[in-house]
Amino acid sequence: MASTRGATVEFRDVSKRYSGQLAVDQLSFTVPSGRICVLVGPSGSGKTTSLKMVNRLIEPSGGAILIDGHDVLREEPTALRRRIGYVIQQVGLFPHQTIAENVGTVPRLLGWPKDRIAARTEQLLALVGLEPSRFGRRYPAQLSGGERQRVGVARALAAEPPLMLMDEPFGAVDPIVRDRLQNEFLRIQRDQGTTVLFVTHDVDEAIKLGDRVALMRGGRLVQYAPPGELLAHPADEFVAEFVGSDRGLKRLALLTVGGADLDPTVDRRGVGGNAPVLSPATTLREALARMLASEAQVGVVMDGERYLGVLTLAKIGKMIRSDA
Amino acid sequence: MTPGEPLIRWDWIASHLDEFAFRLGEHFELTVIAVGVGLVIAFALSLLILRAPRTEGPITWVSGTLYTIPSLALFALLVPYTGFTVLTAEIGLVSYTLLILIRNIVRGIRGIPADVREAAVGMGYAPREILWRIELPLALAVIFAGIRVATISTIGLVTVTALIGQGGFGFLILTGMQRSFFTTEMIAGAVLSVALAGAADALLVLLQRRLTPWTRAA
Repeated sequence: MASTRGATVEFRDVSKRYSGQLAVDQLSFTVPSGRICVLVGPSGSGKTTSLKMVNRLIEPSGGAILIDGHDVLREEPTALRRRIGYVIQQVGLFPHQTIAENVGTVPRLLGWPKDRIAARTEQLLALVGLEPSRFGRRYPAQLSGGERQRVGVARALAAEPPLMLMDEPFGAVDPIVRDRLQNEFLRIQRDQGTTVLFVTHDVDEAIKLGDRVALMRGGRLVQYAPPGELLAHPADEFVAEFVGSDRGLKRLALLTVGGADLDPTVDRRGVGGNAPVLSPATTLREALARMLASEAQVGVVMDGERYLGVLTLAKIGKMIRSDA
Repeated sequence: MTPGEPLIRWDWIASHLDEFAFRLGEHFELTVIAVGVGLVIAFALSLLILRAPRTEGPITWVSGTLYTIPSLALFALLVPYTGFTVLTAEIGLVSYTLLILIRNIVRGIRGIPADVREAAVGMGYAPREILWRIELPLALAVIFAGIRVATISTIGLVTVTALIGQGGFGFLILTGMQRSFFTTEMIAGAVLSVALAGAADALLVLLQRRLTPWTRAA
């Protein structure tokens, strides 16, 4: 698959005013090429408004949004939108078009030749895990919620956009499907190198998916940081409260056993037989869960056949406290 | 009605098949022109309503008022100006289709889910393309419901235009009455008109199914 180079997106003092009310207030931040930036915040924080100003579904009242240095306001809106993937929570598949036709929407608008559209459509359906021969000719009404959302992602990726805008794309599916869709999305994003602006109100989703998290409140950017940084060093009381009092535990999901402080001097044979065996790639959160479930006070860390040491509950506790 | 005369004289029917065929053509033509022209006018007025919602009140009032005028009175009013012509008949027939067609076109397009429209705009459809490729196809089921009602009521109304020298099967009903209630001819005209309405409706249902395959999915 041809991998697209992701665009750089820069918000420069962007504001949006609705009859005197500031919905977005002097927003400034930059999303580097190929990264996922998650806009998160309570409802009314201006995150969706900010997203929709990028493809000009909403026009800013002030400031500039630059994609690879080009001001979006200087571009023709329909041409701009065809170069930006767009996924919304309700998916918005066209009910009168087959799945294949839906996926081929933007290539068709761009005037690609028919056989190229057909080839690209098949490739994309396979990419999102939908068998092209089974799903291509169906209509959206014949698909489950999770399948429809996959089609929505495939449709947004069709013309290899350097930038994707996603507005709560996994908000309407059940937690199990959501988890699977999130993992698939991460895999596809890494593979394609597309830059992504992603809106959610779910802080766990923001931490899981974001390379950077932009936390918004009342139209302002409160903190813009990688998820680990956000959890370790919340900028203020609001951020600390928003990410939750369990932010130490959440942070464990971002850390791995391999990066933890292990004790290699403990003799392996002295450890109880019910202690879980952990690999360096295991997250600390999973390690903790398995250690608690087995009633062991320690986990045995093995890199393949090689014994690295033991991980203790005390060490994990210390890591939670150290940055809080 | 002459005493001793049967309700239906089958020999008369058998000897007038040519006339029936001729009246069928006339009836069909008057109906197709009325619904076709009505559809074009209703479509234009519906677009106006969708672009400028303030026009909805006046347009609905005018088409609603036209709809309430008794057909007999409307044709009588028009004759001094346009005579005993097809034009007189069509002005009346078209007027009666507008209310139902406009209402269904507007309702059909307004009923399209907001997320579908948002996705279309967000993917880069131009406004004109949204109308033709997204909104109209999706409104087709509701629009067709309007076309079916308009067609059936027009086929009924065409019989009234016999009074101004048109009429299709209505001509048979009228002459039957004039020939001291020749029931065979009157019944033939009425039954054929109803049969035509039924056939037209069935045809429209089939056409709609062909045009909107997605409505039978799921």
